[in-house]
Amino acid sequence: MNELLKNLTEAVGVSGDEKEVRLLIRDLIADYVDEWRVDTMGNLIALKKGTGASDLRVLVDAHMDEVGLMITDFDSNGSLKFEGVGGFDDRALLGKAVQVGPKKLAGVIGARPIHLLKANQRDSVVKTDAMRIDIGAKNKDAASGKVKVGDRAAFITGYEEVGPTAIGKAFDNRAGCAALVELLRVEPYPFDLYATFTVQEEVGLRGAEVVAYGIEPDAAFILECTPAYDLPNKDDVSPNVALGKGPSVYVMDRVTIQDPRLVSFIVKTAVSNNIPYQIRQPGGGGTNTSAIQRSNSGVPAATIAVPGRYAHTPAMMINLEDYANVVKLAETVLRNLKPDIIKRNA
Amino acid sequence: MDIFKLLKTLTETAGPSGYEQDIAAVVSELWEPYVDEISADRVGSLIAIKRGTGPEPRPRLLLAAHMDEIALMVKQIETYNSNGFLRVTNVGGIDIRHLYGQLVTVHGKKDLSGIVGSLPGRMLPLERKDKPFGWEDLCVDTGLPAAKVKELVSIGDFISFRQSLRKLQGKRVTGKALDNRASVAAVTVCLDYLNGRSHAWDVVAVATSQEETRLLGAYTSAYAQRPAAAIAIDVTFGKGPGASDANTFELGDGPILDLGPNVHPGMLKALQDTAKTLEMKVTVGTHSRYSGTDAYALQVAREGIPTGLIGIPLRYMHTMVESIDMADVERSGRLMGELIANLDDKFLGNLAKGMMEE
Repeated sequence: MNELLKNLTEAVGVSGDEKEVRLLIRDLIADYVDEWRVDTMGNLIALKKGTGASDLRVLVDAHMDEVGLMITDFDSNGSLKFEGVGGFDDRALLGKAVQVGPKKLAGVIGARPIHLLKANQRDSVVKTDAMRIDIGAKNKDAASGKVKVGDRAAFITGYEEVGPTAIGKAFDNRAGCAALVELLRVEPYPFDLYATFTVQEEVGLRGAEVVAYGIEPDAAFILECTPAYDLPNKDDVSPNVALGKGPSVYVMDRVTIQDPRLVSFIVKTAVSNNIPYQIRQPGGGGTNTSAIQRSNSGVPAATIAVPGRYAHTPAMMINLEDYANVVKLAETVLRNLKPDIIKRNA
Repeated sequence: MDIFKLLKTLTETAGPSGYEQDIAAVVSELWEPYVDEISADRVGSLIAIKRGTGPEPRPRLLLAAHMDEIALMVKQIETYNSNGFLRVTNVGGIDIRHLYGQLVTVHGKKDLSGIVGSLPGRMLPLERKDKPFGWEDLCVDTGLPAAKVKELVSIGDFISFRQSLRKLQGKRVTGKALDNRASVAAVTVCLDYLNGRSHAWDVVAVATSQEETRLLGAYTSAYAQRPAAAIAIDVTFGKGPGASDANTFELGDGPILDLGPNVHPGMLKALQDTAKTLEMKVTVGTHSRYSGTDAYALQVAREGIPTGLIGIPLRYMHTMVESIDMADVERSGRLMGELIANLDDKFLGNLAKGMMEE
């Protein structure tokens, strides 16, 4: 069992409230880096010094936060109103189990029993503002004694391995975080490596906006978990990301054009090292790459992702070989990175 | 008796309607120390008999708690990108809108973990974009390649839901299949209550099969056991978010004693009188027609059986986040036990008289 993926996915860190994950990652990397610090947003920034063979400065990023819910109000019957933190399809929330607040109280998002529904009610999607989290409190006073407005709630799915795949919550982006932890647990690179575990990606790439300041990297690689849509589909059109086809390499999404020199280098590296890869369909989606690329006076940046099914729902699924190949591809790219690939202009 | 532990064992065991052998084995192990005879019948119910001390021929009281749960069934195996996906249909009444993102176990040649998945809404055809996912959109994803799926899974295989039982505030708990494992737990409490107590009548505790689909176990076990009277125990609607109609009850206000055409008024009175002697607060609930429980079948078995119905309040019925108050389970069990302990040779005569007296 991959204990790293298990511990990281089962930790709770909804956007803006990432401390538990930050502390866990700090414990996982402290022995393998030369310095680490936490900035005002909560980003964990670590420096793994290089051998001195190269004076490149390289940043590798993985966002620590997961999508979740925030408690906004109490109903008189003791149930909790909530909003989504990060994007949600309301269809994924109905009838699901959650954990609420720093004490991880058991809670449920209930649904009106089918027996009491009128026929036409079964045809409409229940919206978040009609849903309530129920922690079993008898009334508003009992509930407000246990939960505060602003407390976050997260899904509870435990990590398990099933054949070639793994099921769990928050592979977006604990898979990326796990990969970055593994990239730090190796021999030093030729250059100084800045590993950034960032906050609040899911609510607007906020941690990434500031994380490159002061580091002034020559290049950046962003590790992510990208949605796979490889379910039966009558239309033979993209999107095309599939489990089992290897690391997903971005060329363009809704907010970034990945640096073509880096993309080309990643692909060449995969081919010459027999590492499977897939080019992620262009269009749609956004990652920290966008914010990091336009920080400072511009940073050549690229994105490598673990494919994951059912992003932003209680239970995601990844292929464990895809994950291992993301680590392998990223490490091989880093070890072979030469300045002439991404020369700093002026 | 550790009711949480009991409920955890019961709810976390699979028992789809028509595929109850796993839960039957668990219930058999739980009840065996309390009864004289235990066996499975021809359609999947578990029958446990505890003999009374009265002279032969001894009348018997049948307690029915259905042990089956709603589930899914494999309808079709699809290959896509050389991975295998399962198209499914429902076993029992399921609101399809809460299935997306639910964890399941596929009972193929071996048990396989899976997720109920779908393409995202924005990839659906225009006319379905804002609608709930339908059976043609959902699939069960085991993460396995098609060849492996075809080797291990067949059309008609049962799929049960997965959820661990968790404690909420107070004595409340949440999980799946509390409909109706909460009642199976209550019958266990009842048998424990009678353990070492003497009672005149025989007790037949039946964990019935296929209630969610056809009340099959209730009809057939009542026919075979020929009880003189019967009590069905099931869950009833708990008051809470999304359900504050009439005939919903606060968790913790149970047991709810049913009144209506499906129930013999004398059985209701017997339950109320027993509650009074125990100084137990009970609430009366109503069904104006079909009670939606085994009581509907028991009442018309053979030439008719005087039937009572006890309800345990439960929120979010037929979801994987059903919630109850454990105190309601304990009280329901104790109420049934005390009623049984007091059954005598006048009971049936009083039921008959009650039908004619002013």
